[in-house]
Amino acid sequence: MFSIAMKMLFHDRAKFVGLVLGVAFSTLLINQQLGIFIGLISRAGAVVVDVPEADIWVMDPGVKNLDTIFPLRDTELGRVRGVPGVAWAVPLFKSNVTIRTGNGELEASLLIGVDDTTLIGLPPQILMGNIDDLRRPDAVAVSEEGFRKVWRGQPISLGNVAELNDRRAVVVAIVKDSPKFTSSITFFTRYSQALQYTNNGRNQMSFIVAKAAGDQTPEAVSANITARTGLKAMSSPAFRWKAIEYVIQNTGIPISIGTVVALGILVGIAVVGLMFNLFVLENLKQFAVLKAIGTSNLRLIGMVFLQAAVVGFVGFSVGLFGATMFFETAGKSPTFQGFFLPWYVAAGSGAVAAAIIVLAALFAMRRVLFVDPAIVFRG
Amino acid sequence: MTQPDNAAIAIECRDVIKDFGSGNAKQRVLHGIDLDIPIGATTFLVGPSGCGKTTLISIIAGLLTATSGSVRILGQEITKMRGGRVVRFRANNLGFIFQQFNLLPSLNAVENAAVSLVVRGSTLASAKRQAGVLLDRLGMEKNKWKYPNQLSGGQQQRVAIARALVHNPRIVISDEPTASLDAETGHEVMELLREVASGVDRAVVVVTHDNRIFPFADYIATMSDGRIHTFQKNSTNLSPNEISTDQR
Repeated sequence: MFSIAMKMLFHDRAKFVGLVLGVAFSTLLINQQLGIFIGLISRAGAVVVDVPEADIWVMDPGVKNLDTIFPLRDTELGRVRGVPGVAWAVPLFKSNVTIRTGNGELEASLLIGVDDTTLIGLPPQILMGNIDDLRRPDAVAVSEEGFRKVWRGQPISLGNVAELNDRRAVVVAIVKDSPKFTSSITFFTRYSQALQYTNNGRNQMSFIVAKAAGDQTPEAVSANITARTGLKAMSSPAFRWKAIEYVIQNTGIPISIGTVVALGILVGIAVVGLMFNLFVLENLKQFAVLKAIGTSNLRLIGMVFLQAAVVGFVGFSVGLFGATMFFETAGKSPTFQGFFLPWYVAAGSGAVAAAIIVLAALFAMRRVLFVDPAIVFRG
Repeated sequence: MTQPDNAAIAIECRDVIKDFGSGNAKQRVLHGIDLDIPIGATTFLVGPSGCGKTTLISIIAGLLTATSGSVRILGQEITKMRGGRVVRFRANNLGFIFQQFNLLPSLNAVENAAVSLVVRGSTLASAKRQAGVLLDRLGMEKNKWKYPNQLSGGQQQRVAIARALVHNPRIVISDEPTASLDAETGHEVMELLREVASGVDRAVVVVTHDNRIFPFADYIATMSDGRIHTFQKNSTNLSPNEISTDQR
């Protein structure tokens, strides 16, 4: 009977394509929008991700995210290093600076100052250059995307000179960093060098990044730091999530994207539900014939659910393929770095597609279940 | 009671009453039908439109529930069967031929003819082999891969006959099998139906008001106003080769 169900489904190609497109559109919209949403909010915690060596972040008690910073006193570094359970702790500087691009335009840029001695705070992936050259005067590393923006059209190379707040900066390395929420240009330099670029006087330490000793959890050490220094200390994942949470709670992004996702689901339910209902309605006489010649209700329900499942599977596959292609193609654009399709979004959209299909099938199944087989005798 | 003389009974209707609607809108369509349909014969159920023919065969087929009374088919009371039992009984014992053919447009001729076997659990491939043999016998060798919309009315009815007979049912119920066909095709279809269906062990019930095909009947039951008026052996019963061109 199931092969007959398939032939019935594929017979009206226009309707089959319409049903598949309904599911595919819904799947595409859900995946594309949620992929963008997750990519976007992940940027809020990008600076944390780029310091994988550290598992504890220490900051002023009033800090709520990575962009609103109150500098710490230089002496706090020593205090944190003295807390039991801290394996090491280094300063991290973070500030926005203005940079003059190759063609004379001004661009906002992020400047990260990393520990002079250990260079902890640099992204792990060095694309070009020797990171030890960062110890030279005026040396900076720049993100790949930042290089392309500052020196548009030029091949990626070392030795280019930029002006950071009117001070000379020589590119000695190109690094791959995580896309940021506010700026796509990031310069990395030594902590002491960073202070010169900003020239704001003492107490410029944005964060202290630290590592818990081998036998201690970052959470326990963070609690210790807070208790002994009065500073806020959080594990890296907790701080990253706090930064993301801040974006979720203080911007219109979740509502905006959530509305589009909800519309995608609603349109999916409406289009697929109505079209599948119409499909069953048009085939009702065929179902009645099958019923009259001895097909049980259970088998007819099985046929309807199989038809719905095939529509759902094909539609979901097409939609997921479309979303994957979107992220693959758009991901090649420099301004679209960091957007991706997480597996859990794909799995979630699969569950939504399944729910849409089950709803549509349940709705249509009633007609098949209650169709009077005696209508076969009516002309 | 209306019954044939000395013949084994395939279908036995006793005091079958059918009402539609309720309260003031209640309408009695069948008024206590008593009817015995013999095995090994073709019985025509004739009468004007609206006299209750289709309602009666729907009840006989287990597609409609009688308000009261009983229908026994091949010794089993179908009016007392419920749910899956009546569905299985239909699949195993009944074959249907409809006025509008009711072929599935998504299936070709051989697949349509195979449906009755698939319903009983055969795979589509093996059902198609059996259906193909029957369609060949019905003169559909060249058309069995065509879809219903590519077939003439007569060819579609041959496919419908194949579907009704492929699982070798004991009872064949046919509703106005010639109503959608021209006279010549109608006679061809009736010849086929009589030849293939009215075996020794089989009963054929034909609902019709097409008097051009009356010569194909062994028995004729006449109905009007929801009652059986007469049941008699057909005196004009002819073998197919006795039917003259004029009658066609």
